[in-house]
Amino acid sequence: MLKTVFKGKVWKFGRDINTDIIIAGKRKYDTLDIKEIAKYAFEAINHDFSKKVKDGDVIVAGANFGCGSSREHAPLVIKALGISAIIAESFARIFYRNAINIGLSIVECKEASEKIEEGDEVEINLEKGTIKNLTKNEEYHFKPLPLMMTQILNAGGLVPFLSENNGYQIKQ
Amino acid sequence: MAGKTMAEKILSHVAKKDVEAGDIIIVDVETVFAHDGTAPLAFEEMKKMGVDTFFDPNKVVIVTDHTTPSPSEKISNIHAFLRNYCRENGCNFRGVGRGIGHQLLIEEFVKPWTVVLGADSHTCTHGALGAFATGMGSTDIAGAMAFGKTWLKVPESFKILVEGELKSPVSAKDVILKIIGVIGADGATYMAMEFFGETVNSMGISERLTLSNMAVEAGGKTGLCPVDGKTIKFLAEHRRKGFFKNLKPDQDAYFSKEIAINAAELEPMIALPHTVDNVKAVSEVGELDVDQVFIGTCTNGRFEDFEIVAKILKGKKVANDTRLLVQPASWRVYLKIIERGIAATLIEAGASINPPGCGPCIGRHLGILGDGEVCLSTQNRNFKGRMGNEKAYIYLSSPATAAASAITGRITDPRDFYH
Repeated sequence: MLKTVFKGKVWKFGRDINTDIIIAGKRKYDTLDIKEIAKYAFEAINHDFSKKVKDGDVIVAGANFGCGSSREHAPLVIKALGISAIIAESFARIFYRNAINIGLSIVECKEASEKIEEGDEVEINLEKGTIKNLTKNEEYHFKPLPLMMTQILNAGGLVPFLSENNGYQIKQ
Repeated sequence: MAGKTMAEKILSHVAKKDVEAGDIIIVDVETVFAHDGTAPLAFEEMKKMGVDTFFDPNKVVIVTDHTTPSPSEKISNIHAFLRNYCRENGCNFRGVGRGIGHQLLIEEFVKPWTVVLGADSHTCTHGALGAFATGMGSTDIAGAMAFGKTWLKVPESFKILVEGELKSPVSAKDVILKIIGVIGADGATYMAMEFFGETVNSMGISERLTLSNMAVEAGGKTGLCPVDGKTIKFLAEHRRKGFFKNLKPDQDAYFSKEIAINAAELEPMIALPHTVDNVKAVSEVGELDVDQVFIGTCTNGRFEDFEIVAKILKGKKVANDTRLLVQPASWRVYLKIIERGIAATLIEAGASINPPGCGPCIGRHLGILGDGEVCLSTQNRNFKGRMGNEKAYIYLSSPATAAASAITGRITDPRDFYH
């Protein structure tokens, strides 16, 4: 069963966080081991991020998170670091699809993106569409994902989704 | 009922039903591509889906372009794995020095009125030939390689009307930099950018490819150009003879955003570090020394680009403290610049020619920058660390501006060198 409630401490980033910042292109050619590549996540803007981050932590960012390359390594390293969810004002579309495809929860919420600060403790409820800021005692609301994406996320990602449906043999 | 955008027309054709922006559809994929940076993960995901053959090997293209020829043992092993995998599964494989995947797709595979997917964000390039072409991650690409289908949300479209005569050496690159500077790095997120107007009509295919190539830098899902006589002629000259219907948006199509650009008034443009939408006119930059100039990539590595560069460099020398790297986008481009004497002009001026591929643009080899260095490149992206060093500064311009700047050793308006 898909986990729909996440609680964690926030790492705050700005807008236009691109995939080269998330994981530099040069890091992805040497190995296929995502845990190894993940050591270099966000190295250009937050030194030793991979050592500081804790299981279940949440990333909160501004608009256009994940813009740039199509590299799936970007959401994969974030997931490999134990980040439970990303909240942003908006996401670049390839990153958005990639995150859902690998089963990483993402939430689009402008208010949360503006009000949440680094270090805040938040609780996200995907079913209810709510984010509780436990530090500031505030609550923000977001629109749930489109149906197609919910189905993929519920299946655990695109791989199990396509395996279960023999490709795209699904009722539209 | 409102008329249709180009995106709606192509996707209605492919879905074999009437679709409009907002519809979620499952469609057949005509061409699917991945490269040495993204194919290994795609094959791994395909295996996890329980599929060990391609839906149609003739429609799958794998290119080792991001790091070619291999600069390390580890990458050589990845290349060997890809080569063997493609041989065993019978798909198209383009190896060392053949060129950038996007350029090879343009020269050999892409057809208008089809869906083209690539595990590379710049797959939007192929919209210039009237294909609904978009970049996706390795898992989506694995699904397409295994089953020959994908799901798409029919995007809303952004109308980009370009009118007026471009004054050489101002080119398509200046047009698209201007557009991104105005609408921003997320100005077209989730949308199809549709380029049209008299300027686009008078552009050759090479210039249209430059426009479409950078759609993703504004967040665009694809960048479409009309299909006209020039498109059909280009396809016929590149192994795709046949009947392809013209494409343009209906007069009464609904566009959720629009912008008009007056090409006649446009100056040479430049994007400053570290975002593509940080755009100014070259004339506004002031004195700025350049350590490396790089001319090539899927944005501006075609014959027509080097033709302009040679015109500016002819009989001149690259500045002493500046290096000029040139990289043809494919072996066909390379051969043509040799045959036409352009390669000789560039080498005499002091350029170093890299083998066809992505090279310095993705920061793995063949021209990595030093700490604090400034590079002026014709590529599409100037993110921090993009060219292999997060302490370097990347500026983006047209081939003409790059060539003029290589001569002076500082950012230079090419109009001073173009008569």
